[in-house]
Amino acid sequence: MTNAEGSDLAPDGARVPAVELRQLRFGYRPGTPVLQIDSLIVPAGETVFLHGPSGSGKTTLLGIIAGVLKADRGEALVLGKDLTRLGGSDRDQLRGERLGYIFQMFNLIPYLSAFDNITLPCRMNPRRMKRLDGSLDSETRALARTLEIESLLDARPGELSVGQQQRVAAARALLGRPELVVADEPTSALDADRREAFLGLLFESCREAGATLLFVSHDRSLEGRFDRALSLPDVNRAPVAA
Amino acid sequence: MLTLDLARRSLRNRLLPSILTVLSIAFSVALLVGIENIRNGLRASFTGTISGTDLIVGPQAGSIQLLLYSVFGMGSPTGNISAEAYEHFQNHPAVAWTIPYALGDSHRGYRVIGTTQDFYEHFRYRGGTPLALAQGDRAREARDVVLGSEVAERLEYDLGERIVVTHGMGAPGIMDHDDMPFQVVGILERTGTPVDRALYMTLEGIDAMHEGWEDGVPPAPPSFAPGGEGSAEDDYYAAPPTPPSETDAHDHDHDHQHAEAQTPVGAQDPSDHAHDHGGTQITSFFLGTTSRFEMLSLQREINEYRGEPLMAIAPGIALAEMWRSVGYAEDGLKIVSFFVVIVGLLGMLVSLYTALDARRREMAIFRALGAGPRRIIGLLVVESGFLALMGAVIGVALVYGSILLFQGTVEARFGLLIPIRPLGSLEWLYLGAVVAAGFFLGLIPAAKAYRNTLTDGLSPRS
Repeated sequence: MTNAEGSDLAPDGARVPAVELRQLRFGYRPGTPVLQIDSLIVPAGETVFLHGPSGSGKTTLLGIIAGVLKADRGEALVLGKDLTRLGGSDRDQLRGERLGYIFQMFNLIPYLSAFDNITLPCRMNPRRMKRLDGSLDSETRALARTLEIESLLDARPGELSVGQQQRVAAARALLGRPELVVADEPTSALDADRREAFLGLLFESCREAGATLLFVSHDRSLEGRFDRALSLPDVNRAPVAA
Repeated sequence: MLTLDLARRSLRNRLLPSILTVLSIAFSVALLVGIENIRNGLRASFTGTISGTDLIVGPQAGSIQLLLYSVFGMGSPTGNISAEAYEHFQNHPAVAWTIPYALGDSHRGYRVIGTTQDFYEHFRYRGGTPLALAQGDRAREARDVVLGSEVAERLEYDLGERIVVTHGMGAPGIMDHDDMPFQVVGILERTGTPVDRALYMTLEGIDAMHEGWEDGVPPAPPSFAPGGEGSAEDDYYAAPPTPPSETDAHDHDHDHQHAEAQTPVGAQDPSDHAHDHGGTQITSFFLGTTSRFEMLSLQREINEYRGEPLMAIAPGIALAEMWRSVGYAEDGLKIVSFFVVIVGLLGMLVSLYTALDARRREMAIFRALGAGPRRIIGLLVVESGFLALMGAVIGVALVYGSILLFQGTVEARFGLLIPIRPLGSLEWLYLGAVVAAGFFLGLIPAAKAYRNTLTDGLSPRS
């Protein structure tokens, strides 16, 4: 399932969307659908804001896009691969190799230094390691410089502020030039100033890496800074859970 | 390699909980292995009470009874063996040596045993260890007495102490042989066997002491003598329900000694006495054969001896039989071991499980970074398996270390030698179960972490 660089291009020359969901159905239990999405597209190379209040199925949707959950029906194309047709380990492989993921908070493994946290995906996945242009060390330092955490690389997560931890998490998501970065409310634990600063750095890094950014939040105030905004309640026809 | 590195860092990060988990596993392993060692030590100690003796001979009665009074110093002798019978077997071609035992007297609750030099020469315990004197010398003269180590220790006697022996096993009083005090000439080394709880004198000493006591009462003023009625009760030497042949011999001896009762005891040469009258009546004797092959036929010969009803038992077999009959003590320890295993495994389960369950968040992060279930399971299984393995190793080391350190103290204090021995099958089984459970246990939180990332997506609500 090695994906050559060129395969991101559709036959007509346009770039394949980073995420494309079609007629997607998902429920944890039969008869109670959580997601019913007829169409949702995240164009490649863009920064996309996906808005959704809590309970609208955001986390479930991200689980499907990341390949941790498997849709019951429909197609879930991520970076050109239909995840509904891939086995578990292939989905794990795709995520490890070509995705970056940032949580709301507590992103880091507490017993690893910032440096070790950032390099963990590359060390776990040889194919992601191969995507590096330079050495692991130099790439990590370059990324850390962009995110202004270069001096913190030896620190343990416990010694970092929340804002610093989120930047380490961003660096980890971006190292190895992933084509898609999924961020699940990464700024919700930050105050307004830091939120702005973090977003700026995240955008800059994604642009440098050439990654598509899918940013999920319930906070619409951030919406204006993205190339595109989507609303999950608008596309999800499943009844909203209580 | 990455998995091992991560597991190592993770364990080091939670050093204290990891150490506590290892210790709790180690203690439960140590408890089980320790109990097993004590159980084996008890058995070895018990069956090692006497060794090297091929047969124990006594008047016909229960074999357990013979074993109890001759080896363990418990209960009463069932009767006497005539000097003729003893000499007959002493000079038997299949017999290499004998140790006569004359029981029936005591000193402040401790048994007094009349015996010969053969006792010091031939008595063996625990795998052939001979007796040794801690102080002084063997009892050679009629007034000499040698103390078992516990007797000397408890009664705080030293060499030269003069003691009075009581007839029967009662408290000191009117049954005292106070006309004939004895002098402590030696103290035996500790053996950890019933040998420590007795006093040893010569057969001549026993004889001399009993001059005039043939009725079982002191040869003192007639007013104190209870007469014929009371005699049967206390007097081991008289052996009430004796068969005709022995009664004859006894009466003969009885009369004879009466005739001599007028002679002052001190003036008499006890060895002459013994020789003159063809030896003393004894209650039992130990014997070693010239060849182990003779043992069975000799045993049969003794059991069928026509002179008087005797029986011979092989102490090794009798001890093993007896251990089986008192084996409920061992069963008790086995039951304790069983519960130790259960509690130990449960404790390990709890401590490993809580340690791993606290890490669901971590597992969600690993999942998000592309780690598959195999990596997650590997990580948790390596950690819990390592903790279990460390616990098992430290537990075993703890036991053998303690045995090495305290073996001497325990032997001196409790007379219990706990030998260094390789692990038994039960222990290997338990160790295997501990380590296997450790590895297996990692699977549960791993499966749970994996399932959680499925239901929670990548954001566990912890």
